[in-house]
Amino acid sequence: MRLKIPTNFRIVRLPCTGKIDIIHILRAFEKGADGLYVVGCMEGDCHFNQGNFRARKRVEQAAKILDQVGVGGERVRMYNLSSGEGPLFAQYSIEMVNKIKEMGPSPVRLAKQKKATAA
Amino acid sequence: MIIAEKKPIQEIIEEVQNFDRILILGCNECVTVCEAGGKKEVEVLASALRMYFITQGKEKVISEHTLERQCDHEYLEEIRKNIDNYDAIVSLACGVGVQFAAEKYLTMPLLPGVNTICLGANEDRGLWTERCQACGSCVLARTGGICPVSRCAKRVLNGPCGGSTNGKCELGPDTDCAWQLIVDRLKALDKMDDYEKIAPIKDWSTDRAGGPRTVTREDVKI
Repeated sequence: MRLKIPTNFRIVRLPCTGKIDIIHILRAFEKGADGLYVVGCMEGDCHFNQGNFRARKRVEQAAKILDQVGVGGERVRMYNLSSGEGPLFAQYSIEMVNKIKEMGPSPVRLAKQKKATAA
Repeated sequence: MIIAEKKPIQEIIEEVQNFDRILILGCNECVTVCEAGGKKEVEVLASALRMYFITQGKEKVISEHTLERQCDHEYLEEIRKNIDNYDAIVSLACGVGVQFAAEKYLTMPLLPGVNTICLGANEDRGLWTERCQACGSCVLARTGGICPVSRCAKRVLNGPCGGSTNGKCELGPDTDCAWQLIVDRLKALDKMDDYEKIAPIKDWSTDRAGGPRTVTREDVKI
């Protein structure tokens, strides 16, 4: 397919999106990530039945926490697609990267940079 | 088990903002099972607080530790050697754990990170319901294993009352009528004769009415 996708995000592979936990998402932001999205299988198509539903709930919880601490819950999102939808994967990655660019850097990253400059 | 609910992060932020070195202390027992104050919740709360304070430009040290139990002296001793490294502890244990830790570390501010709700069970994923009010004199043998003290809003011991409709309590359609459940269960057990027996007046002195309760067992005291 040779699809073009942005180069400024890192893919972390999981055996199933049901493996993701809230703390994994929060740690990414704590370490300075500007955004994060989870790509799971289509709802109803999970090999483990509920993995992607669990992931969605955890993404929602993480978003709520990020809102409460002033980082912004919109920086995290869940997408669903099937493994045969490469073009859609590319489209989602472009969509997410553009959205995060619009939002600007994460306040955590800015604060860390400010601290590092001051030191 | 004891059921607790996480306190809103904003409430915890307000409680801890005047402290610089904070320990988030979890408990591996009931609050872990009800997903309110176990190791995972400790990690999440600590991470959230760190992010909040760093964006506010405040230097805070937020550490994490989870004890096997906070309602036992032995486990609470684990943190004694490091206790001077902190200005305050946010305990994610139930009210028992928070108080026990507070009694043990007299000069350390102890802040609760959860609201303790009831003695209950995990009925379904994400649903915990009350099953016991620790009244101190159990009547379950007579009521088919369904507790009228904790599950009937009026604590009626010879029920149901007039508010029972289609098996639901007058509180609302989400609350089962405890006495309907009792009758159903007694029928299943073929023990409806028990239902005919009038319960005597319950001795409430073993409940909270008699003040804070203690259990003293000379047989196990050393």
